[in-house]
Amino acid sequence: MTDLTPMLPAPEPRPAEPDSQTPTASLAGLTPKARRQRLDRLAELAAVHAEEKGRSLWAEAFRRLRRNPAAVAGTVVLLLFVLVALIGPLFVPYDPTSTAWADQVKEGQNIIPGPSAQHWFGLDHNGRDEFSRVIVGARQTLLVGVVATALGLIVGCLLGGLAGSAYGLGGRAGRRIDNVVMRVIDMLLAMPSLLLAVSIAALLGPSLTTVMIAIGVISVPVFARLLRGSMLAQANSEYVTAATALGVRRWRIALVHVLPNSLGPVLVQATLTLATAIIEAAALSFLGLGNPDPAVPEWGVMLTDALTRLEVAPRLTIYPAVGIIITAFGFTLLGEALREALDPKLRR
Amino acid sequence: MALLEVEDLGVTFRGDREVRAVDGVSFTVDAGEVTGLVGESGCGKSVTSLALIGLLPKQNTRRVRVDGRALFDGLDLLRADTRTLRDIRGREIAMIFQDPLSSLNPVVPIGVQVAEVLVRHRGVSKAEAQRRAAQLLDRVGIPDPNRRLKEYPHQLSGGMRQRALIAMAVACRPRLLIADEPTTALDVTIQAQILELLKELVREDGTAMIMITHDLGVVAGLCDRVNVLYAGRVVESAARRPLFAEPVHPYTIGLLNSIPRLDAGQGARLTPIRGSVRDVLPWSQGCAFAPRCDRAVEECLAGPPEITGDPHSFRCVNPGVGVDLEEVR
Repeated sequence: MTDLTPMLPAPEPRPAEPDSQTPTASLAGLTPKARRQRLDRLAELAAVHAEEKGRSLWAEAFRRLRRNPAAVAGTVVLLLFVLVALIGPLFVPYDPTSTAWADQVKEGQNIIPGPSAQHWFGLDHNGRDEFSRVIVGARQTLLVGVVATALGLIVGCLLGGLAGSAYGLGGRAGRRIDNVVMRVIDMLLAMPSLLLAVSIAALLGPSLTTVMIAIGVISVPVFARLLRGSMLAQANSEYVTAATALGVRRWRIALVHVLPNSLGPVLVQATLTLATAIIEAAALSFLGLGNPDPAVPEWGVMLTDALTRLEVAPRLTIYPAVGIIITAFGFTLLGEALREALDPKLRR
Repeated sequence: MALLEVEDLGVTFRGDREVRAVDGVSFTVDAGEVTGLVGESGCGKSVTSLALIGLLPKQNTRRVRVDGRALFDGLDLLRADTRTLRDIRGREIAMIFQDPLSSLNPVVPIGVQVAEVLVRHRGVSKAEAQRRAAQLLDRVGIPDPNRRLKEYPHQLSGGMRQRALIAMAVACRPRLLIADEPTTALDVTIQAQILELLKELVREDGTAMIMITHDLGVVAGLCDRVNVLYAGRVVESAARRPLFAEPVHPYTIGLLNSIPRLDAGQGARLTPIRGSVRDVLPWSQGCAFAPRCDRAVEECLAGPPEITGDPHSFRCVNPGVGVDLEEVR
């Protein structure tokens, strides 16, 4: 059996469970609830031992994540959001594009009907069911966030990984490759991101695809720099020297040894980028560079439409805004928790 | 013929000012022989070993200049192209590093790390490599090797990690093993086990070994021949027995005197060498050890002392007492 002491969960402030220190102490004379808690704690400790075989650092990080309330909260928010985005549209009460109740809206007299039993969030300025639109809008938001982040992540990691491994392991020629790649990245990074996104969107014409590409492009340099820096730090580590001393091939060192050790910060950045991507997508739509079809609900477009009617029906701005805030908040919570879980300084 | 013949090895780092870290180091390693490189921190032992396999940071750039020759089986390691070196590393010459934890990749299971050496140099399949990796772990004394293969470095104890590193180094039965302070990061009981293991492995495989250490106890237990380094140069070189019985160079004598002795009686003070490694004279002006030397005479500062004597050679103009100089020369 291995030495188990370092594998025990790190001591955590657990003020609610004063008896967690000595789980095996006498169970007699305890209330059933305290006894149950103590047994649970014991089971938890024992389970850690049993599962200990072959646990990677990622699994360790996951375990730490599970014990972090912020991570759990973030995950719950995100799961709800994803669930709403994926299956919500199947259950909405009305067609989000139907203007069947347009006769109730009298814009000239500043009348837009508010929440009622029939329309939970009321109607919008075109007489469409606002609740259905918010739900269906989540799907667009998720799509933009995920696709844009994935695009930035993939392209950024390809460029950053290429530059990082070339510089770290490729000698003089490698440094030249790195130089070329990184100067291009620096140029992208030097431009204000929203301005860059607006330029790209203006160049490609307004559509949802444009928004995704624009936001993906502006997150490329961040991912590239991050992965490159992280790989360079790893390339100087002793295990790379040791692997080199054993004649392991350079591409294998880059892929098997350096890359997996460098992905932590990139992954964290991806979660945080999801949050900003959603906000930026809303911003681009708000500026009129998003999906030109007003019928398709999208939170950013809904915000724009609601803005001009802020005095009449402020609630129309609140629904999509709250949706954006909660979603971004969920991703940020999870990202921060992930960063903490992967931070070697906070480990144990 | 010697397996490795190092002649006039020199390493210069060029930063803000030039640092001659290793200067005119020559020694030979015969097949199946253990050669010790001994000295304090900063004397150039590790730089020597890294230069031999071309692993100095920025080696072969303008920042680091390596001169001299290092003939390994007729091939000059210092002039070999990187492709050749890469084929040699791990197969013909392998290295064991000081800190086993940082020398293992934290996110890759032990088995994969051992197996990749076999896949690289022996061209065996992954499954076969895993099978052989288990045998290797067994050979270096890791119990339950099949389970350990799947574990990650942080799940192993310090001694176990060093055993795993040794398994990686001996995987392809190299002809030369360079061990760079392999026991420094381990506690004393484990140190002895690791040394025993190394001794056994080199005897079984007929591997030659360069043992780099500051620990004369390690030298006494393991090395056939010893080179004492000071400030980048070999100051004394001899077979183990004469070196311990009749040390000649004042530095070697000082090193031996500073080892605590059990028979010295309680309260007896250690006799350290005066000063620190920083009190060094450039070799060009005289003996680098002169500022710290009890036996320093005016002649020491007259110019760089030459190394004399064979097979017990030393670099000193006023060598230690109790030595029959006629016999040595």
